Amino acid sequence: MEQTQYLIVGSSHAALEAITAIRMHDTDGSITLVTRDPHLPYSPTVLPYVVSGRSAPENVYLRDAAFFDENKVSYRPGVALKALHTARNVAELADGSEIGYAKVVLATGAAPAIPPIPGIDKVDYHVLRTLEDAKRLNAAMKKSQRAVVLGAGLVGMHAAENLVKAGANVTIVEMSAQLTSGYFDATAARLIEEAFTANGAKIRTSSQVTWLAADGDDIVLTLGDGTTLNADLLLVATGVRPELDYLKDSGVACDKGILVDDRMRTSVANVWAAGDCAQARGFFDDAQVMNAILPDAAVQGRIAGMAMAGDPGVADYVGGVPLNTYHFFGRHAISVGSSKVPDGGVERTRFDEASGRHLKLIMKDGRLLGIYGVNEFFDAGVMAQLIVRRTDLSAVQDRLFEQPLTVGRELMSQIWR
Amino acid sequence: MGRSFNTIAFDPAKCDGCGDCMSACARVKFDSDDTSRSLIQILARENANTKGISPGAGSSFELALCRQCGDPKCVTVCPAGALTKNNETGVIDWDGSRCVDCLLCTIGCTYAGISLDEATGRVSKCDTCDGNPACVPACPHDALKYITTSNIYNEVGDWEDLFAPGLAGCQGCNTELLMRHTLRRVGPDTVLATPPGCVPGMGSVGFNGTTGTKVPVFHPLLTNTAAMLAGVKRQYKRVGREITALAIAGDGGASDVGFQSLSGAAERGEQMLFMVVDNEGYMNTGMQRSSCTPYGAWTSTTPVGKAEEGQKAVAQGKTQDAKNMPLIMVNHRCDYVATASTAYMEDLYEKLDKAIAASRTGFAYLHVYSPCTTGWRFPTDQNMEVARKAVETNFVMLWEYTPEQGLHFTKPVDQPLPVTEYLKAMGRFRHLSPEQIAHIQGKVEENRRMVEKLAEQVHGG
Repeated sequence: MEQTQYLIVGSSHAALEAITAIRMHDTDGSITLVTRDPHLPYSPTVLPYVVSGRSAPENVYLRDAAFFDENKVSYRPGVALKALHTARNVAELADGSEIGYAKVVLATGAAPAIPPIPGIDKVDYHVLRTLEDAKRLNAAMKKSQRAVVLGAGLVGMHAAENLVKAGANVTIVEMSAQLTSGYFDATAARLIEEAFTANGAKIRTSSQVTWLAADGDDIVLTLGDGTTLNADLLLVATGVRPELDYLKDSGVACDKGILVDDRMRTSVANVWAAGDCAQARGFFDDAQVMNAILPDAAVQGRIAGMAMAGDPGVADYVGGVPLNTYHFFGRHAISVGSSKVPDGGVERTRFDEASGRHLKLIMKDGRLLGIYGVNEFFDAGVMAQLIVRRTDLSAVQDRLFEQPLTVGRELMSQIWR
Repeated sequence: MGRSFNTIAFDPAKCDGCGDCMSACARVKFDSDDTSRSLIQILARENANTKGISPGAGSSFELALCRQCGDPKCVTVCPAGALTKNNETGVIDWDGSRCVDCLLCTIGCTYAGISLDEATGRVSKCDTCDGNPACVPACPHDALKYITTSNIYNEVGDWEDLFAPGLAGCQGCNTELLMRHTLRRVGPDTVLATPPGCVPGMGSVGFNGTTGTKVPVFHPLLTNTAAMLAGVKRQYKRVGREITALAIAGDGGASDVGFQSLSGAAERGEQMLFMVVDNEGYMNTGMQRSSCTPYGAWTSTTPVGKAEEGQKAVAQGKTQDAKNMPLIMVNHRCDYVATASTAYMEDLYEKLDKAIAASRTGFAYLHVYSPCTTGWRFPTDQNMEVARKAVETNFVMLWEYTPEQGLHFTKPVDQPLPVTEYLKAMGRFRHLSPEQIAHIQGKVEENRRMVEKLAEQVHGG
């Protein structure tokens, strides 16, 4: 049986960072990467731009084949992990072959979470997680007249905007009362909603789909209030969740994702996990959370790689901080940190109707907890550092609220120059 | 070996916030007068000494600029493969045709080095203007510099390090740097003489029967270094082997008791490279004064007393001026004489190359000023800064001499800082009275006039 020192499962940001981290410390140990996806590595985050046609599918790869040669990585696309036999330190692949590993990192990402709507198995719907999904949606979009997007998260909203721009009548159906909840605050959500409705999209928040049926080439959606919608294109974008069937009988502890500690170790020896499939400590409370965002995947992959290679420079994970950026109809929204205002916390907002600039700051005891902006640019990376460093901003909080861009830079240059 | 790259350096102490760099950048990059679009952002600090934020050291200006990180986070979080570290130039390249304007890179960067240009709706970052950054010449105060010494690192890094790892120097000593660089440059066909001093003290002559170098090394007396090395070189010539005869000696070994043999070898034109590491005293044996110790400096043999009642005069450091060794060597009409400083490595390297070439046919003398953290009493992280201040105040002048070309400055300082900027950087001058400082300032100017007269054309370099 084939043996490898480091087995990487998955090929997106967390996996690529793990390779880089391993090679910084161990130039020779054998690395094998297996991934279900048949392509060179790409980011799920870029897929909405493939859908819109802005990014050519062949132009979104994060690495070329030479990267794997240079890093002495045996790259095996198109072969999924079927089962992890942790007692033997062996990975069983979908093609029936086995690879023995000394250490393995699971960076298998997540897959669309499909809501259990009666009839959903009878209709032809779209999801958006792979390059194939994106190509298929891109082709369907060009023909669509009446599209429904289920779920108003960032994937759904991106796709809805693309559909609007392609000329379709678009309805967004969202279960919760607010668009982009969990990403942006109520004011930002209102601005987003207004932009969509101004461009002709219909938005149905607090709505659930209770029944799906096919009617010729159309799909008929029945909503909770009894109304029906006809669609020639249905995109289900109601979130993602990891697919962890390969861990059955492995003993690796899972909750919503694979439970990991601050070095991305799972409950089983020689097994690490990182990225969207991992459930790691949140920054704002110590509970393990799913924080399926790109920057966190990169950080976790780096930690896992360093830990696997025994790099003494590895530091504990600071905890997941929500970080999002979003472009809609020529405007941008940025969110960093927590949207919750805790007891004793302060929320400060300003909004200028004319320019559409909105800013919200959440502080407690002089520390920044969260910052949200629409059309108000600030350096999100700097803000995230102020949050995780718990920098005392008591003396500058008024100025920070007025000028987050310049004051953030001033602080950055002084504190971690 | 990794690679090193050129970089834009900012000295906040020299910045007055004029914004000329930002105007130049906005003009060159965007053909705009709007300095908010500049890729280099200078920020006036308004909150010095506020609670919870370190006050920093004296500057009032802060910088936001892409640092062209070696391990760039912006690249790792880009979903579109639009950002890449260019391994030739070191710049993080941005590919606008791939970028999807998602702004995730601004989350990845903790240094505000890539940000939104609101006029275009796209991110923008410094690309160092392809190695000719417009901001640097625009700065009227020399606060921005484009540092190009990386080629030394890249080139020298590929050569064999001929010193043993783990030399026993004081923390913060620059002599290890000097020894390793010099031997790498001179190469393996070298015989090295290191008379008593810091260089053998750090381990060049080795421990437990092994040498500290990968070339033949010997440990002559303080008095006979140049004479012994001359004999060794002649013997190698006699048997037909081409070697570089190299001495690395301290200022004591060169200017005091070793001077006779040094002067003799120079006068005879012996084919060798004699490098003096001038730390202005016998630092290895407990910081005694040498003839190179400057006026007013504390050493263990030029102490600083405290006046007790009834006492009129107490010792206040050295009472004589330093001997100007390199000028004395010029008067030997050596094939090559130069002064150098580890704060100016490119300059040092050029001189080293010329000195090596000159040592093939005659006597080459290289005098390197070498601040001593232990004996001069400054923090261990300040060696380069002290060395730089010495040059910026003209306390030390960098020049070179050949019989054909005469003497010329290689790093002329047109507007020298007052010598106090140098003196206050270290503890050995802490006790100085205004009269003593005035004496030192006067001596700096006298020295400068002297060297300028010798130079065929002032600032001709």
